[in-house]
Amino acid sequence: MTSVLYDAPGPRAKRRNIVYTAVFLVLLALGIWWVLSVMADHGQLEWSLWKPFTQSAAWTTYLLPGLANTLKAAALAMVIALPLGAIFGIARLSDHRSVRVPAGVVVEFFRAIPVLLLMLFANELYSRYTNISSDLRPLYAVVTGLVLYNASVLAEVVRAGILSLPKGQSEAAKAIGLRKGQTMTSILLPQSVTAMLPALVSQLVVIVKDTALGGAVLAFAELLNARSTLSAFYANVIPSFVVVALIYIVLNLILTTFASWLERRLRRAKKSSGAVLTAPGGAEEPVAEPGVGKNDDGRAV
Amino acid sequence: MFDFLEGYDLLGAFWVTVQLTVLSGIGSLVLGTVLAAMRVSPVPLMRSFGTVYVNVVRNIPLTVIIVFSSLGLADVFGMTLGAADDFEAKYFRLAVFGLSAYTAAFVCEAVRSGINTVPVGQAEAARAIGLSFTQVLSNVVLPQAFRSVVGPLTNVLIALTKNTTVAAAIGVAEAALLMKEMIENEAQLVLISAIFAFGFVVLTLPTGLILGWVGKRVAVKR
Repeated sequence: MTSVLYDAPGPRAKRRNIVYTAVFLVLLALGIWWVLSVMADHGQLEWSLWKPFTQSAAWTTYLLPGLANTLKAAALAMVIALPLGAIFGIARLSDHRSVRVPAGVVVEFFRAIPVLLLMLFANELYSRYTNISSDLRPLYAVVTGLVLYNASVLAEVVRAGILSLPKGQSEAAKAIGLRKGQTMTSILLPQSVTAMLPALVSQLVVIVKDTALGGAVLAFAELLNARSTLSAFYANVIPSFVVVALIYIVLNLILTTFASWLERRLRRAKKSSGAVLTAPGGAEEPVAEPGVGKNDDGRAV
Repeated sequence: MFDFLEGYDLLGAFWVTVQLTVLSGIGSLVLGTVLAAMRVSPVPLMRSFGTVYVNVVRNIPLTVIIVFSSLGLADVFGMTLGAADDFEAKYFRLAVFGLSAYTAAFVCEAVRSGINTVPVGQAEAARAIGLSFTQVLSNVVLPQAFRSVVGPLTNVLIALTKNTTVAAAIGVAEAALLMKEMIENEAQLVLISAIFAFGFVVLTLPTGLILGWVGKRVAVKR
């Protein structure tokens, strides 16, 4: 990668960079050595603590069921939140003030509230007023909380997707005599869906990460919760955290890689006439990177 | 109507939330800026370190990081951040540590995207008059980058405010934990939840409005 922030290094700069690299390498090595020595001091490098992860029992009894619950909650939340988000996103674009304003208030309200509060509320609500069994209640509560929050985030994605289409699309639809509903369902939505796809996949990462909250606070039996039962059995706190973190990292890296692959593909294919969306409102999203030194084509970051 | 509030320190809980937000905000801003500088530096090893840090931390759920600070750092390794006997302070500090480490990845990405908005000509002109990399970065690029990055950083700060509730997972007495306690013990479920929701709207809405206004004022007009 060349950057405009510095010149191509000459002989002196090269020497200096080597010195910096060496110094940084030493610091990094010291850091790693310190971490390892602390782990060794507390007996966390013992092979007996890591061994369970090389055998199938730890995976089939604890980790895989936990991962399955994580994925189940995330998938359910996404599948329910998407149509809800589409409805609210379209409602915010309505010509009628009486539809637009309430939809806007609902969306902004749920976006401003921590998702944990929504989960706690849903959990208590279900335990008081429904007879959902206490085994299933955490799943319902987690999914409800995630749906309420993410529907409002996705509403903004859908709205931005539709707004990103050129005005000519809806004008042409009007010109051939389509009604407002027809324009939306047969012209605007299909085109904006392709533009939204990468943003939707990125949002899935946020959802997967938020399911862990249910495990820690509502005893929902997902991956993080499976870790605590696992380490209660094998008494390996640190190794189990490392493995679980790695699972999350791999899972989310697959999702983000897929999202950016989709985005590149869609940009190239130009099926839709609008821009390709990357980041929905929140700060939780990866930022597209045109880069100073790279082709700076003035695309929004 | 509101007599069920007696015996609960509502303002105290939200004050803890505010403290968590402010302290982690400062911590993550410092760490995130350093990481961003690393990610654009001429030293390849520093660049890869920054990239790895961001991609690792961003993909781990915050809950895992916070719970690890408590069960791993404190309980196994005995790292109590200078508060071994004071449980309240210990978990508060661990929460600030976890929140800062996590949010720094997002601050880094925001600052880096800000660096990308600075026109190429600025850096080229700075180099043409003979400034070194650190001078280019600290005198020319970063001041402009920060001005354009107020908006994205505001989003990070609002997300951080909401993320402080995760500290409830390790028993820090902030708003979400008090809400959990109250809805379990009191009859007024909807009313209590509405009060806490309102509390977070009050915390996040002005932040967005004020910093949005600041962002517009300081943005470099191009």
